[in-house]
Amino acid sequence: MSTNSIRDTFFEECEELLEALVEGLSAMEENAEDMDVVNAVFRAVHSIKGGAGAFALDRLVSFAHTFETVMDKVRSHELKVDEELMLLFHRSGDQLADLVEAARDDREPNAESEATILKELEAHLGDADREEAFSFDAVTLDFDAAPMPIDLPEPEPTLRRFDIRFHPTPMLYANGHEPLLLFDALAELGTLTVQADLSHLPEFDAFDPNDAVIDWQLSLETSEDETVLHEIFEFVDALCDLEISVRDEDAPAPMPPEESPAPPEAAEPVTETAAPVVAKTTEPPEAKTPPKQSAPRDEPRGPRPTLRVDLERVDRLINTVGELIINQAMISQRIEELELPAVAHLTNELEAYKLLARDIQEGVMAIRAQPVKPLFQRMSRIVREASEATGKKAKLVTVGDSTEVDKTVIERLADPLTHMVRNAVDHGLEPPAKREDAGKDPVGAIRLSASHRSGSVFIEIADDGAGLNRARILEKAIEKGLVSPEAELSEQEIDNLLFLPGFSTAAEVSNLSGRGVGMDVVKNAVAALGGRVSIASVPGSGTTFTIVLPLTLAVMDGFVISISDQTMVIPIASIIETIRPNRKDLHCIGTDGQVISVRGSYVPIVDVARNLGLSGGETTTGSGVLLLVSTESQGLTALRVGAIHDQRQVVIKSLESNYGAIPGVSAATILGDGKIALILDPDELVKLNPAAPFLPLASTPRLELRHA
Amino acid sequence: MLDVIEAPTETQFEFITFSAGNQSFCLEITQIREIRRWTPVTKLPHTPDDVLGVMNLRGAVIPIFDLAARFGLGTTPDNERNVVIVAAAGGTTIGLLVESVSEILSVDKSAIQETPDIKSEAARQAILGVISVGENMVRVVNLDAVLDNDMGTAG
Repeated sequence: MSTNSIRDTFFEECEELLEALVEGLSAMEENAEDMDVVNAVFRAVHSIKGGAGAFALDRLVSFAHTFETVMDKVRSHELKVDEELMLLFHRSGDQLADLVEAARDDREPNAESEATILKELEAHLGDADREEAFSFDAVTLDFDAAPMPIDLPEPEPTLRRFDIRFHPTPMLYANGHEPLLLFDALAELGTLTVQADLSHLPEFDAFDPNDAVIDWQLSLETSEDETVLHEIFEFVDALCDLEISVRDEDAPAPMPPEESPAPPEAAEPVTETAAPVVAKTTEPPEAKTPPKQSAPRDEPRGPRPTLRVDLERVDRLINTVGELIINQAMISQRIEELELPAVAHLTNELEAYKLLARDIQEGVMAIRAQPVKPLFQRMSRIVREASEATGKKAKLVTVGDSTEVDKTVIERLADPLTHMVRNAVDHGLEPPAKREDAGKDPVGAIRLSASHRSGSVFIEIADDGAGLNRARILEKAIEKGLVSPEAELSEQEIDNLLFLPGFSTAAEVSNLSGRGVGMDVVKNAVAALGGRVSIASVPGSGTTFTIVLPLTLAVMDGFVISISDQTMVIPIASIIETIRPNRKDLHCIGTDGQVISVRGSYVPIVDVARNLGLSGGETTTGSGVLLLVSTESQGLTALRVGAIHDQRQVVIKSLESNYGAIPGVSAATILGDGKIALILDPDELVKLNPAAPFLPLASTPRLELRHA
Repeated sequence: MLDVIEAPTETQFEFITFSAGNQSFCLEITQIREIRRWTPVTKLPHTPDDVLGVMNLRGAVIPIFDLAARFGLGTTPDNERNVVIVAAAGGTTIGLLVESVSEILSVDKSAIQETPDIKSEAARQAILGVISVGENMVRVVNLDAVLDNDMGTAG
């Protein structure tokens, strides 16, 4: 393991810790008295500090330290959590996230906001604490002197005995940890007895030098509390089975209030280990009695065990499973071609194979799926910042944040979602005074919800603001020349004007939204993921944006269509409806332009074969099928194709990896017969001008050579 | 392996020779992944004549070029003997349609001569060098040049 990969791991862990931090903070908002939550927040900050110390990220350490110290005062009930302090905690959390990010990218963090928050945090600390802060810093980094500031206010140090069972896994040694050093650290806390449990030692022949076979039973007499012990094992936590139990002999169990990480657990093992207490020193095998209930000791509400896997491996697996699906389709097709007499067995097995293949695929896809929670959590910061900048009060409500979506979708959704949430606060909500006049809660609510519905993911961003001001939208659109003044638009159509490029409603450009990035960018980003955005708005009670996304990017539902003599696939998501045209609905415009009237409005027809430069297009009126699609460049368009054969799930294969981008084609797929079918991109397709033949040399490079 | 009379040393190169557009070409054996019979391909819209289309190679979508057309030697006529040479350059895998594959050529590095000083820049780009085999001259194909954009219409 190089330093770099350890560093990477640290930042990965930071992400998780920050997530836990944000989660904890919002839980604190509900109930600041819940010590478990406060402890969780404290632990998150503390772990970040610990890791940052190891990489000499001094700024991060000192900020985390101040944050932690204030947190600690809350823990010890010295500070009362009020709304103002909560806000400060949130901002500190944000700042911590910024510092982590800055450290990761080797950037200079924003010193100004850091200083402001530091000052505010310090304002909550007494003078004494601040002095302590300095000595404490050195302590953590040096590791050998142990007193934590939390222990200082404790007047009488009570000696307590801890029983520690320590069972390292082979990974602990593989990662270069040395139990002796851990024991040394423990020994410095008090009187330590160490007993090795050799009962798992195998026969010499079966001995594997890479295995970890020795357990240790330790007994420590110290005045420190359990947290300190856990801190020593902090870095090997995941690599060993650790049980720490306390035996209160002299003290009649006076648990100091601030160190209650797991009081119920602490009590339970006392009875557990009651027997071994006597036998401990003489009969080490006894230590085997409480064997299996060890791991979740420290974290009663900890995460379920997970596995970090290289994304590339997962993708390779997904690829192979894609092949399996294609292969299954091919076998089915071949067997059909054989025209065997009805063999029930074969059909049954084949059906089972199909189901299994689909199961495997869904399972593999689930690996890539991640809950939207971290994404939603990030939005709470956006809401906070936006409400601060606009002087409006807003809170974020999230629903269904355990909904799982493909990792890539989550990554690529971050920007559009940020934009929409910002918009919701900036444009959606009214100022507090206005809200009160309207009889609403002065604090506006932004509701972010995610759900799975019929094979798609629905994400809604709703505000309870004033709703869209349709008159103003129309006025603005006319002013910008986006629609003609005579146009009669339905409410729906007016709402959709928001998605037009070059549209921005805010009367004055605030520094928040309206920096030239409009809803059209959002729409494009969502469309690039194969999804759609829609708006619903009720005057006086708010606006809801709904994003509908496919569950995965690796497979797609498509119509198998024929164009000229080729088989192609068009994504179902892009198709609004299919039309078998009536001759009387078709009208010619100019020499070869054609339109079709769809419920009173005229929609241009684009001949797919002709735009792709394929001969024998279905140009004669009346033949073929029309697919109504909504495109960015020219709105509603009817695509003329030869015929629709089938609707099926296809595995998406990139064309660009070995060739290059082809206009009008987004990717390729492999059909049941092993042939490749191109997947059409309706938006690009209508932009192609058949009159001017495509010049490969004048276009963007067709081939991207990827030399190592 | 035992058939090889001279164990290839570091200066020894092995080439597979083939003919395209009635000329002899060769590619270094390490660049070739496999040789397949010609099967119909899926045509791509808006591509020059020398791009025949894409083929399914065990789940990968690879483009097939007509090598003769790529080098401006006219399109390769349909023939049952036509084969597709699957070659890899950098991270890209492509297929080349040629008329036929002839033999494996094992030559010393010194036997590869520099491309004669011909006028056509494109031709010099496409050929890394020449090897003389008996009466014949075999051209060593520069795979990068085949992949290169500008080759498409160059003659």
